[in-house]
Amino acid sequence: MNQIITSKSTKETTGRLTRPVPTPRTRQNNFAQRTFFIFTLLPVSLILIVTIALLVRSWPILNAYPLSNLLFGNIWKPTNGLFGFWPFILGTFWVSIVGIILAVPLCLLTSIYLAEYAQSKTRSIAKPVLDLLAAIPPVVYGVWGLLAIVPFVDKVLAPLSDRWLGSIPIFSVNQPTGFGILAAGIVLAVMIAPLIISVMYEIFSTVPNDLRHASLAVGATQWQTIRNIILPQVAPGIIAAIVLGASRALGETIAVLMVVGNIPQVPTSIFDSAYPLPALIANNYGEMMSIPLYDAALLSAALVLLLVILVFNILSMLVIQRMLRRKWAS
Amino acid sequence: MGFLMKKRWQRRHLLEAFMKFIMRVSLVIVAAALGLILWIIVVRGLPALSWDMVTKIPEGGYYMGKGGGILNAILGSLYLAAGGTFLAMIFSVPIAIYLKAYLGDSKWGHYVRLSLDVLWGIPSIVYGAFGFTLMIALGIRASLLAGIIILALIELPIMTRAMDEVIRRMPIDLEYAALALGSTKFEVALRVVTRQMLPGITTAILLGFGRGIGDAASVLFTAGYTDRIPTSLMRPTASLPLAVFFQLGSPYPEVQQRGYAAALILTVIVLAVSLGSRWLSSRLNKYTIK
Repeated sequence: MNQIITSKSTKETTGRLTRPVPTPRTRQNNFAQRTFFIFTLLPVSLILIVTIALLVRSWPILNAYPLSNLLFGNIWKPTNGLFGFWPFILGTFWVSIVGIILAVPLCLLTSIYLAEYAQSKTRSIAKPVLDLLAAIPPVVYGVWGLLAIVPFVDKVLAPLSDRWLGSIPIFSVNQPTGFGILAAGIVLAVMIAPLIISVMYEIFSTVPNDLRHASLAVGATQWQTIRNIILPQVAPGIIAAIVLGASRALGETIAVLMVVGNIPQVPTSIFDSAYPLPALIANNYGEMMSIPLYDAALLSAALVLLLVILVFNILSMLVIQRMLRRKWAS
Repeated sequence: MGFLMKKRWQRRHLLEAFMKFIMRVSLVIVAAALGLILWIIVVRGLPALSWDMVTKIPEGGYYMGKGGGILNAILGSLYLAAGGTFLAMIFSVPIAIYLKAYLGDSKWGHYVRLSLDVLWGIPSIVYGAFGFTLMIALGIRASLLAGIIILALIELPIMTRAMDEVIRRMPIDLEYAALALGSTKFEVALRVVTRQMLPGITTAILLGFGRGIGDAASVLFTAGYTDRIPTSLMRPTASLPLAVFFQLGSPYPEVQQRGYAAALILTVIVLAVSLGSRWLSSRLNKYTIK
């Protein structure tokens, strides 16, 4: 044993005089580095693989119809070979917009409060609340929507809106069931809130305290400081957080599917039913092999969804990462 | 200050008070939303919950209100989530270690983290559709195995990023000390980073498990649904989220009731996992050097 070690060490020292001979340890290190590197190729390539796989599978329909027919076609009748995604794209759009409009003020105010005003005790309570909210599965949100939000929209919001805002088209109640864009938007707003709040909170926390102190020292109130000093500094990050939330809203399936009504129409009011793309894919997976081109149509819907979400995601992530590593002039 | 000038209530002070008030209100709304969700699920789920629900598989006529339970879905979900988490761990632990010990804040490390974040944002329905194309290509049918593979893909970015965030807080001195003693990077990774990562790994496992067990849209395509408890990886399997979803779609009130009970079971599992991860990581954090 001793002998081996001495002989190895002499070899090492003599070798180093001319050129470094890799010791078993270095070789082990190099081998590990290469193996680990291959593992990291997985996440990077997975994005490409998913996109390509969906593209290949939806190629038959992209080949058979011009893209504009698919995207802007109004009629969805797979048995007759009519695949128009327009009502579904609009449905996705409406539901996500309503969700975002409801979520943004709530998230912005909550994250400002947590970052700027709250004592550490309030924060230590708020964090687990947000974690739990983020942990609740989509299907449970769907059940909640079905049991609480749909009746609430039907019994409270719809009559109120009908009475006071009925003359404005987007608030008129045409299909009084409670199921629809507004119910889905409310559920979505609560679902994406934890993510948006935690991203916004982190971005607010990057602002150095010197800026706050300087503003407060010249007599500004705390809100003036936030409004005039902090918000302009973090505005790109706030917008990125909202875009990130929107990308989550676009892809949400089960919870939305359960409360949105699923009627393929071009919605005109927030009380109308809609049929977003993810719901279309989830509802029809069963029969998609039985009708020609149906599976390609549904997978191309998934592809459209994926591409939009990828763009949203990559843009917002780049901005957020830049904000989080930002070096402040001192 | 007070003797120099009396503080007058200006518009800006009113605005300050008002903004603070609506901020508190919005925080309360967020917290109330959580309370409301849990309350509704408990109130509607508890009456339908029975011992049979969690110990029996559906009997004949179960979907018309006759006897039985959803043991098939509970076990199926546990198998799916456990398998997916295990598979995701095999890949996420090396990636997280590599990110810390070899890449640090390098360019490639930046790309890997970005791609993980982007993967995190891909909705589960797209993963489900991808799984479907994969199943056609490989010629396998809806099965436990297909479900596990897709859940592993969904959990991979979550788990890797969770570990990465924890291990990033490891003091750089530890790494320097080990390197100064002549360790290779691999030895640093194996002997220093892995130990410091332990709380991160447990948090990540539980996070991934919680996400996996609650995911419905992906298993809809890949795992199928059956009334039996799966006996092999190639068989289809039931899952709790789909049990909730399908039972709520039933016209029979008794079956809908059981859907609420299934939602309660799912919520309890997910919350237990979430709280457990919080508790475990705070316990294990005691054994790391900060």
